Amino acid sequence: MNDKASGTRRSTDNWAASVRTLRVGAVAEGALNANVQGHRTSGALQGFGQLWQKTFRTRLPGANLAPADVIRVWKGEFATFWPRGLGMPRMFAPLTGIAPGEVGVINIDMPGGVVLSTGVLVMYADDESFTFMTPEGHMFAGWITFSAGQEDTDVLLQIQVLIRAYDPLTELFQLLGGRRVEERFWERTLQAVAARFGPPDAVIQTEVSRVDGRRQWSRVGNIFRSSNFRPRVRWFR
Amino acid sequence: MTQSTTVMGVRRIDDRTSIVDIRGDITAQSEGPLMEAYNQASGERTRVVILNFGGLDYMNSGGIGLLVTLLVRANRLKQRLTACGLNEHYRQIFELTRLDEAIAIFVAEDQALSAARS
Repeated sequence: MNDKASGTRRSTDNWAASVRTLRVGAVAEGALNANVQGHRTSGALQGFGQLWQKTFRTRLPGANLAPADVIRVWKGEFATFWPRGLGMPRMFAPLTGIAPGEVGVINIDMPGGVVLSTGVLVMYADDESFTFMTPEGHMFAGWITFSAGQEDTDVLLQIQVLIRAYDPLTELFQLLGGRRVEERFWERTLQAVAARFGPPDAVIQTEVSRVDGRRQWSRVGNIFRSSNFRPRVRWFR
Repeated sequence: MTQSTTVMGVRRIDDRTSIVDIRGDITAQSEGPLMEAYNQASGERTRVVILNFGGLDYMNSGGIGLLVTLLVRANRLKQRLTACGLNEHYRQIFELTRLDEAIAIFVAEDQALSAARS
């Protein structure tokens, strides 16, 4: 998959401005905004666990669409493409849209009204791709890029994550099967995006590569900032 | 597929220090040229590789991911990666992505070279 930098609007405006801490703007009603406001961003270098690059691809054969058309819909309906259910994250995209510098809120509903809350910064966005960056305290530290590109008559859709577990607990969860759960999550997301434009059973190609097998023990203290340990209770449903 | 518009140049300053001159775009498509340049720059005794971004036209988020991959590789070889020639915009991107915490940034190449020798 190419990221088509040469085919898109090349502008410094595609990047979020450098900010010391995140500020959450207006998000959809029902979002529980915690563990995001006032937090710093956290890239792939600031996490604890092993560094993984995972790439999920599918194609829309003979699609009568431009990659930019797909990305426009993907941005506009982003939250609807995520799998639903208890324990699944719910995205509350910024009301102003997915644009550089905007912050979205993520809630994970757990049993008993407990909610894990975190978010993402829209770090980069152009006509054919957009990238989220996690804040400190998010279960993962790194970037996730959503993109579309043209290959002959097909439109290729891609999700690429470059992440580490933020803290030792998340790393342990990943070792105990969380990694596959996460991969399945992104596969289902990409399938839902593909289904928006074509048949519902798109084949997803997944490539997993361990970029760095070491754990960053200097970051073991991340556990004290992890949103895993700062749950909220939703009293009114 | 879009072809990479990245052009890399490599200069071996001495046994311990090399410079990779980056011209054009750094995107996910640049992986081949960037890693090849790094291989050329990296000898058995190399301790510092300076990335000179003076000729950089454009970098997207895929390019930042590549730099992280390069950094991991450099750390594995016990080499230090530094940067120079970044314009104000990309200096801010390094801050935003917190790459600046792992890749020391110098305004000019001679400053990066002095730091490499110290």
